[in-house]
Amino acid sequence: MAAASASEIPLKERKSGYDLMSRDTQAMQDDRASNPGTLWVLEGEAMWSQNAGAAGKSCAGCHGNARTSMKGVAARYPAYNAALHRPINLEQRINLCRTERQRATPFSYEGKELLALAAFVATQSRGRKIAPPADKRLAPFRDNGRDLFNLRQGQLNLSCAQCHNDNWGRKLSGAVIPQAHPTGYPLYRLEWQSLGSLQRRLRNCLIGMRAEPFEYGAPEYVALELYLMSRARGMRIETPAVRP
Amino acid sequence: MARVLINVPAKAARGHVIEIKTLISHPMETGYRPDHTGKLVPRDIINRFVCAYNGTEVFRADLHPAIAANPFISFYTVATESGVLTFTWTGDDGKSFVEKANITVA
Repeated sequence: MAAASASEIPLKERKSGYDLMSRDTQAMQDDRASNPGTLWVLEGEAMWSQNAGAAGKSCAGCHGNARTSMKGVAARYPAYNAALHRPINLEQRINLCRTERQRATPFSYEGKELLALAAFVATQSRGRKIAPPADKRLAPFRDNGRDLFNLRQGQLNLSCAQCHNDNWGRKLSGAVIPQAHPTGYPLYRLEWQSLGSLQRRLRNCLIGMRAEPFEYGAPEYVALELYLMSRARGMRIETPAVRP
Repeated sequence: MARVLINVPAKAARGHVIEIKTLISHPMETGYRPDHTGKLVPRDIINRFVCAYNGTEVFRADLHPAIAANPFISFYTVATESGVLTFTWTGDDGKSFVEKANITVA
């Protein structure tokens, strides 16, 4: 498949943020015993079997063993939700199950519970190739995401593409600019000293460009994620990744 | 409840050196960080880690605010006998987290 637009990175030249890290950070990600993201995965694993909500159900009650039922899920998200007439990401899917199936209060974005469950579900796809679904209903949202990626924003009037397509590998304030493929989310960012979602990372970028960040859960983030996952098609999931 | 991940070989040969890896979830708040209002977030760190092998201390570490959140501590010890390894992390408030792991030494 050829790159969709002229400025997009050619498929063969794509690198994960992993390839641009130091060997110490790579080792931290590779070893489950030292990867701090494992702590959230373990938390998510415990939550998977806990009953919750008025329905008194657990994730396991419907989905059984996550190792089989959740395989490949993160690799094909965001996915179209027919009831909402728009794509939703993994965190939103988890909250839908939480409110509609378990009849419990939804988890707050960036809270420990939602990050833990998202990390546990996504890590079941670790090593698998990102495979965006060939769903025609996603096309307008993906296009919107691509337009956002190319849109100049904020006081600095920068677009995502200017750094991540045109200047990846170069340095910004001493940090290497990655190509911005969401291969390992939710990931442990050393700067955060915590696990965080893709939305947290996107908000950091928007604030860095001195643009108004969208609210957590905004459709713009889902559209961007949809486009970024399409841009990263074929690359392998690394969740939980470690990044500087 | 702090999440802990301990990596101890289940079996080891007598006299062999084994590597033990530990990871604990803890914010390790330094006491120097301001919150969004500008007020300093109070210090809250693990200040001591001890590993005892069948009751005998084999490893001890004093931790200070420079240690990052979710501290990862790995060390070596000699597999002497079968039994229990006890790991104790102690916080500023004096409270401890204790975890155990079994080891079989042939």
